[in-house]
Amino acid sequence: MSLLQIRNLSLCINRLKILHDISMDISPGEIVAITGESGSGKSMTALATMQLLPEGSKTKGQILINDRDTMLLSETEMCRLRGNTVGMVFQEPMTALNPVQTIGAQVAESVRLHRPDLDPMARAAEVLTRVGLSPELVSLSRFPHTLSGGQRQRVIIAIAIACSPKLLIADEPTTALDVTTQAQILHLLQKLTTEDSMGLMMITHDLAVVTQMADQIIIMKNGHIVEKARPSNLLNTPKHPYTKALIATSAHRATLPRLRQEAPLLRVRNVVQSYALPRRSIFTAPGKVYAVNDVSFDIPKGIRLGLVGESGCGKSTLTRSILGLEPVKSGAITLDGEHVFSAGRPNLAVRRRMQVVFQDPYGSFNPRHRVARLITEPFNLLDKKPTATESMDRIAKSLTSVGLLPSDAQKYPHQFSGGQRQRIAIARAIIIRPDLIIFDEAVSALDVSVRAQILDLITELCRQYNLTYLFISHDLSVVRNITDHVLVMKSGKIVERGSTEEVFSNPQDTYTKSLISAAPQLSKRTYHA
Amino acid sequence: MNKSLFTGILLSALIMLAAIVSFAWTPFDHTSLNIPNKLQAPNGTHWLGTDHFGRDMFSMIMVGARTSITVAFVAVGIGLGLGVPLGLWATARQGGWTDEIIMRGNDLIFAFPSLVIAILITAVFGPGAVNAIIAIGIFNIPVFARVTRGGALQLWTREFILAARVAGKGAIRISIEHILPNLANLLIVQATIQFSLGILAEAALSYVGLGAQPPTPSWGRMLADAQTLVSIAPHMALVPGFSIILTVLGLNLLGDGLRDLLDPKLQQVQK
Amino acid sequence: MLRYTLKRLLSLLISLAIASLVIFATIEVAPGDPAFFMLGINAQEDTLAALRVELGLDKSKPQRYWAWITGMIHGDFGTSYQYRTPISGMISARLWVSLPLALYALVISVLIAFPVGIYAATKRGKKGDLIVMGATQFGLAIPNFWFAMMLVLIFAINLRWFSAGGFTSWDKGVFSALKSLTLPALALALPQAAILARVMRSALLDVLSEDFIRTARAKGLSRRQTLQYHGLRNAMIPVLTILGLQLSFLLAGGIIIEQVFYLPGLGRLIFQSISARDLIVVESVTMLLVFAVIIINFIIDLAYAIVDPRLRARS
Repeated sequence: MSLLQIRNLSLCINRLKILHDISMDISPGEIVAITGESGSGKSMTALATMQLLPEGSKTKGQILINDRDTMLLSETEMCRLRGNTVGMVFQEPMTALNPVQTIGAQVAESVRLHRPDLDPMARAAEVLTRVGLSPELVSLSRFPHTLSGGQRQRVIIAIAIACSPKLLIADEPTTALDVTTQAQILHLLQKLTTEDSMGLMMITHDLAVVTQMADQIIIMKNGHIVEKARPSNLLNTPKHPYTKALIATSAHRATLPRLRQEAPLLRVRNVVQSYALPRRSIFTAPGKVYAVNDVSFDIPKGIRLGLVGESGCGKSTLTRSILGLEPVKSGAITLDGEHVFSAGRPNLAVRRRMQVVFQDPYGSFNPRHRVARLITEPFNLLDKKPTATESMDRIAKSLTSVGLLPSDAQKYPHQFSGGQRQRIAIARAIIIRPDLIIFDEAVSALDVSVRAQILDLITELCRQYNLTYLFISHDLSVVRNITDHVLVMKSGKIVERGSTEEVFSNPQDTYTKSLISAAPQLSKRTYHA
Repeated sequence: MNKSLFTGILLSALIMLAAIVSFAWTPFDHTSLNIPNKLQAPNGTHWLGTDHFGRDMFSMIMVGARTSITVAFVAVGIGLGLGVPLGLWATARQGGWTDEIIMRGNDLIFAFPSLVIAILITAVFGPGAVNAIIAIGIFNIPVFARVTRGGALQLWTREFILAARVAGKGAIRISIEHILPNLANLLIVQATIQFSLGILAEAALSYVGLGAQPPTPSWGRMLADAQTLVSIAPHMALVPGFSIILTVLGLNLLGDGLRDLLDPKLQQVQK
Repeated sequence: MLRYTLKRLLSLLISLAIASLVIFATIEVAPGDPAFFMLGINAQEDTLAALRVELGLDKSKPQRYWAWITGMIHGDFGTSYQYRTPISGMISARLWVSLPLALYALVISVLIAFPVGIYAATKRGKKGDLIVMGATQFGLAIPNFWFAMMLVLIFAINLRWFSAGGFTSWDKGVFSALKSLTLPALALALPQAAILARVMRSALLDVLSEDFIRTARAKGLSRRQTLQYHGLRNAMIPVLTILGLQLSFLLAGGIIIEQVFYLPGLGRLIFQSISARDLIVVESVTMLLVFAVIIINFIIDLAYAIVDPRLRARS
């Protein structure tokens, strides 16, 4: 018997077709993953199940929970169902909790609503303990802003399971989290599903996240279900061309041209970067936080170096120091022997030999400038500004080399897709032919298929221009593909370094090991419920 | 174009037109007294009636629009001219003592009851349109400084600013090239709001006799004149009152409409 | 929480110090000699000099500033040039008109604005919302003193429900005193209620689009419960800001409304003193109003911290 049956569900929002003829089943204890790229309609399927669709939505078809059609239920009956029979976990742990209520109160609220037979606070303590937040460790009277992202996600899970629902819906529950936290949350969800024999509908854009835990994977594209299969079948014998493409790009490996090692270009020596914390009282000295603590490395000319670490490990601070955007507290950063920051200001003579590509394809450009103006901004660093014709020539050249057209120079950034914008960002970085390019999470915000294209572009540019770059990412799989050497950073320190293959195949440091084992991979299947 | 923007443009244009035309032509001379014709209700000759000195109300409203608009316009100019650079400067030095001083100064001006200080200024330096402009303008400075800083702070965290810094551009150049153009929408909307508030403030100041002095006509003083006569000649209060309401309403609708039109979020949807 | 309070308190004291300096300096640059003004054109030079000594005008500016400030801290606001009586007495009598008027208006404003704003937010984009928003658009555009005149015309002159002006003292009973403040309070409150209702609506709409509202709905709370338990308290943060600004505005805005209704409040005192060029009264009353406004802001800052636990933790 199925717990959830969705039959021929179609959805329109303001006359725009979002979902077409969706059908699926979830049985008790079963984990069904829905995956697809952004805009595929996977979240809308979840919201439709909860009947929490945005205004202006029209649905057709049937959604049966325990054989009752929820489409026919009144709002009051739906309220009785939500949080009681069906629980839901959301993507953004930072904003999904009410900032002005304690976590205890927020968990207890759902108990009070559906289970008058239980003591709300005692039950809240009980479920919070189950999700790994026992009241001895994390008091019920804490407010959400005092918890970490992973802890908040646990609170949200606690709210969802507080009344022992039959079905749990998790909408991208780990997307906003670091890999190690992600692994813990996934494990928790899996454990809860088995213990309570709940059905779990797991929505994610990352196929790798769910191959290890799901019983069934549903691939969606443009509001259609294109394939439904068990993970092993899906990976080994994908049927639909889209699934094949998705698996190919998820497992995509870019191939770098052979390394030609030369003299050191960038030298980072014993760099320390610290910030003063606000004073706790006027009598004590302000505390310090070391964002970067005694970091040294070299980037020889022609090498592709990766820098990996989770958020807050100090990699962004290090980037800013290398770019000479802020002075270091101690140590030295030099490019060909010249300091990047000297005499109290950034050394522009060095700066013109470095460029950077940022993460956010939407925030990287002034929306009011045309592409031509955007990508020529680094010309500001040159002593001799190129003439108009020279400039046109170089714009055309760098746009072509990133796979865009010279005529794109007259467009505004909003006329491009995310992937195209990232190409523009790369065009801006190479236009003055820098010796060193820093890619700061440059592909993290992109969908997997677009990501693969950008990675290919970077390797292609490597062939053309013999690039030296520092590739910074929280995502191990990306770094593995396009770097020769890698540094692993944790709490401001470099904990492991070596050639990329060696670090990945034979990690020495415990942190590196945990990072590698926590990273979801398509090929490995370690656990199956 | 949405309805509120259309109404807003229509009303604002009407008042502007009345003010501009009044330089060249008014139905009657707004200063000529005609006691025998006093307190006439609106009629064919005097479209909006006459006041207690027999002056033509329609002509007075036209010339009064000039006063209101000038005072509010210059006061907004003061706010924009000083507030925006201060806001940009504070943001460029964010966290530093310049920022601290500018923002504390702003808070301080905000903490002052604006009307009381405007009254204090005009009381000390004497009533008149120029002092009214200064009094209203001073309180526009922190408003624009705050709006500028609020918007600029968000922009400074964007990566395109970082890209400009990587391209070796200094804070002043970034503020002018990258921050200011992206704040234009925000400032235009705020300017419309401050403009309408300026019209209300000018009316209040001239109502209590601290604004433009006779013989310069102003809507606020027309209301003060009407106060004792409101029971026998209600049109004397209704005409300037509705002039103020329609002007302010028009400007507010214009501001709302512009905000919807210029909102980047809505533009994304249209694209 | 203590840290936060102390920090706000420090900034309050600095604000007060600077405000008093600015007011003092403004009055100082005012043209004219108070002593000369008080005694008139025919005054003898020696009587003028004696009066200057009596008023403390012979002392240096810092000394006079210090005397003014310390005097005010002890409740001595100086002596009126015009009436030669202590200003504190003049102020306290009038405070009993201005303060109740501002509070009365605030209560009316809140009682109208909260339900209307909440109603509009729940009916977003529907007919009820459009009507409310249209009405508040008018409310924003109406000058309160003109509205006051209209209230007088309708309720005092035509209907004769209220008197057209003047104030019945509190000695004659609370009811009649309140009655005489009703039209002025309405005139002050309605345009402010329009602003407050709009702020309430947009604050609620902002909160209702937050992720945690979806969490609450997923728990099984109805729309109404979600609004009540999760929406309102979060929406109070921006609403409080406006509420603080409004109380300040109502205190100051009373100045003009008092003119319309001939109420013997601080506003009339200021205008009488301005026309008599009794600037020391203007100076002290202004300082008192600024003081009140700064105190109100301080209280609002504390209220924030009660509403928002994030503020309590920070700083």
